[in-house]
Amino acid sequence: MSTILAEPQPPKDQDRPPLKKKDIAADHPTWCPGCGDFSVLAFYFKLIEKKNLWQEKITTVAGIGCSSRFPYFVQGHGVHFIHGRALPFATGISLTRPDLHLFVFSGDGDAFSIGGNHLNHAARKNVNLTYVIMDNQVYGLTKKQTSPTSPLGFKSKTDMWGSVDRPINPMKQLIGAGATFIARTTATNPKHLMAAMEAALDHNGFSVIECLSECTEFFAGAFDATNPRKGGDFMEVPKDHDVTNESAAYKLAEDSFPGYFGTFYDVETPTKNEKEAEIIEKLQSKVQGMKDWEILKSNFDKMK
Amino acid sequence: MSESSISESSSEAGPQSSTVSDIVIRFAGNSQDGIQSIGGFLARLAGRSEQEVMTFMTIPATISGGPSIFQVRMGSGEVLSAGDEADVLVAFYDHSYANHIGSLKKGGILLYDSDHVEPDETKAGEYHHIGIPISSRTIEAIGGTARDKGKNIFTLGLIAKMFDLDIEKLERLITERFGNKSASILETAMSAFHAGYSFSVENLLKVFRLEPGKAKDQDQVVMTGNEALGYGIIAAGVRFGAGYPITPWSDIMELLRRELPKYGGSFIQCEDELAAVSMAIGAGYAGRVSITGSSGPGIALKSEAVGWAVMAEIPLIVIDVQRGGPSTGLPTNVEQSDLNIAIYGGHGDSPRVVMAPATVEDCFHTAIEAVNIARKYSVPVYILSDQAIATRIEAFPEPDLEKICQDISPDLSPVETHKPYDLSTPDGLTQHRPPGTWIMDGKYPIATGLEHDEYGRPTGNPKYHIEMTAKRRNKLRALAQSLPKPTIYGPPEGHILLVGWGSTLGPIREAVDKARAAGDSISAIHIRHINPLPPGIDDIMARFHHVLVVELNDEGLYGYGQLASLLRTRFADPKIRSITKTDGLTYKITEILDNVKDFLELEAAKN
Repeated sequence: MSTILAEPQPPKDQDRPPLKKKDIAADHPTWCPGCGDFSVLAFYFKLIEKKNLWQEKITTVAGIGCSSRFPYFVQGHGVHFIHGRALPFATGISLTRPDLHLFVFSGDGDAFSIGGNHLNHAARKNVNLTYVIMDNQVYGLTKKQTSPTSPLGFKSKTDMWGSVDRPINPMKQLIGAGATFIARTTATNPKHLMAAMEAALDHNGFSVIECLSECTEFFAGAFDATNPRKGGDFMEVPKDHDVTNESAAYKLAEDSFPGYFGTFYDVETPTKNEKEAEIIEKLQSKVQGMKDWEILKSNFDKMK
Repeated sequence: MSESSISESSSEAGPQSSTVSDIVIRFAGNSQDGIQSIGGFLARLAGRSEQEVMTFMTIPATISGGPSIFQVRMGSGEVLSAGDEADVLVAFYDHSYANHIGSLKKGGILLYDSDHVEPDETKAGEYHHIGIPISSRTIEAIGGTARDKGKNIFTLGLIAKMFDLDIEKLERLITERFGNKSASILETAMSAFHAGYSFSVENLLKVFRLEPGKAKDQDQVVMTGNEALGYGIIAAGVRFGAGYPITPWSDIMELLRRELPKYGGSFIQCEDELAAVSMAIGAGYAGRVSITGSSGPGIALKSEAVGWAVMAEIPLIVIDVQRGGPSTGLPTNVEQSDLNIAIYGGHGDSPRVVMAPATVEDCFHTAIEAVNIARKYSVPVYILSDQAIATRIEAFPEPDLEKICQDISPDLSPVETHKPYDLSTPDGLTQHRPPGTWIMDGKYPIATGLEHDEYGRPTGNPKYHIEMTAKRRNKLRALAQSLPKPTIYGPPEGHILLVGWGSTLGPIREAVDKARAAGDSISAIHIRHINPLPPGIDDIMARFHHVLVVELNDEGLYGYGQLASLLRTRFADPKIRSITKTDGLTYKITEILDNVKDFLELEAAKN
């Protein structure tokens, strides 16, 4: 009997040399010079190298936006899906192919605006995948409109007098939605970014990173306040913060900007993948030894 | 009810008996009365007997209560439709009587619950009135705890008596239905059934006996169109799906949610239609064609993502159980008005496949064919079912499941090199390689909604947009060439050709039979492959003077229904005309024939 959850066979050639950056770097990124997204891409490559992932099992999914050009720059199976729906698409992959290393990249528009509802549901379902939101607080690809995370008063082409809608607080949103691993980092702090990506990858379940990633073109200097080299303050999550305590995480999130950086929340709860596997196991135990056509036949016998 | 050479025999006691070839019974009550299950029992009984069966039902849009009907037609010959008029109307309430007496044929039998219904006695000459205290007798038989419960089974007993049905088989069906519940439930059901059956026969004017039919040499299975589609999807090897509840599609997602895990699969209920279609495409990308589905409003929501699957060439099955539209429209009525959205419902040039099953049995086979087309042509395939076919129960020969069931597990074998959008392949056919496939030259494919080169890399180069657009279109031209020519019902040439699609097959064929019996020159074809159209339709049309396309939608701004418009675009033939209606009900045979007659009179007046 075939099952969608069967572990597909490992690659035949076990003696392949470990993956190097040159193997997994594809087209040169089309991002503007100085864009924070370069840094996320660079550490994605580093993570892949460090974890020695199988190239054919790396699956990179994105929606629409500057950040979502990401899969084109990675030499691996990749998907550039429609605006806002990267998470449900990736859920379809996660639930049928537990053997893959699944990464989803989005911008703040994809994650919190057009795809906002999917974020809530992927989080509450605890789908096993790693989600990196590259938040630049502006719509860059369409050339400077207000984003759901743009601060109040931000002047854009759609808010020429300054943004009037209160911005989303990504951390609060993610905690409220029930994500099981939530971290916050910046593109300008390489070590911290790498640690966050590694921890997210190691997490079993829905792991999200909000990475502040500056748009030098349309919102330059947005994150200077988080960058010690620009006179800012990179405030790490206090050492004594209990990452399993939801209300403590929520409290940390109240200081919204520049806010804290690090792991806000990290708990183990059964994943959607495990729950579905349990259902399958339970129902399959009742039809043990039967071929697929015999199971169907037993249904048809009841309809005679 | 067509009484054949009547063998009326007045037995010593009880009513007289006559033999009929065909009966139509309409049960009218409220949704919680379980009248669907009376129909279900009768349909399954017919499946196990020599009779053919066809049913029709309406469901109320409200959750509890609300009028509901179930019509069942059983016959000794071929039964193609649920019948225009009822021979027997079983009315549980005054509103059932008032709303449905018009569907009872003159001289027909009104069987009413005298506890609730007071029929218009001035009509007693037109119909045979038989009042039976169904509610109080049921309570008497099974105890008065659950009001309304058991009336359906009591009525089944009455009907069994009236039509001299096979009691042993019915008892077995009741046992199968209730046997796995508690013993007392089965006992109660049996008591209700026997009470109905043995209810003083003198109260029935007549009993009827169905003529012996042709013995069936194969086991029959009895199910609804929604069930046939769901099980067809499973037989096709689909193991993942995602959906969002909407009437009348929900049955299919409930069935798949319940059944797929037995096969190692899953069906996921999503937050919305956008997530559902995206998740199904994601699973298709991951290696195995997956299914989503909905009804009109949900189909509109899925449109953008389906366009992506066309662009990225990822196989997908989308079931649309059509209902009346636009917008929320008529959620529980039938209409065939989603043909346009299925074919054209996407921005840009986005060719996709559209198929429409014609019977419940065809639902099963269409599901499998759709999956195989989606895989071979790496394209989304719409299956246009509708509310009528979704909810009606038919019996059909059990398919050879051992032969039919497919394993379509993904092939993850390593390949030397892979161009996902290779432009040099014949007919533009390329195969998707799912993640996990080792591409040995290290050049990995991107599935994308941007126009792209042969590896999936984005490009704005006009050459690629021209060639990739042609590739996506040529695949479907190749598919068209492989499709079977429609078969003609009736002689291959003549005066009038009726063209139909989807659930109207039965009434169209019966209309042809009836008109031919009256001496008219009329034939019909039924189109299962809506997009692309199969070859040979023009040759068939050339041999008829008039082509009338019969469909359940509006004639639109320019006077043609949706399929008629498509055929006129395709063949630029002015003799293609339309017969349409939008009352939310299936076609009656007489409606089709009246429309044909009106058309011919208008034509004659012109000349």
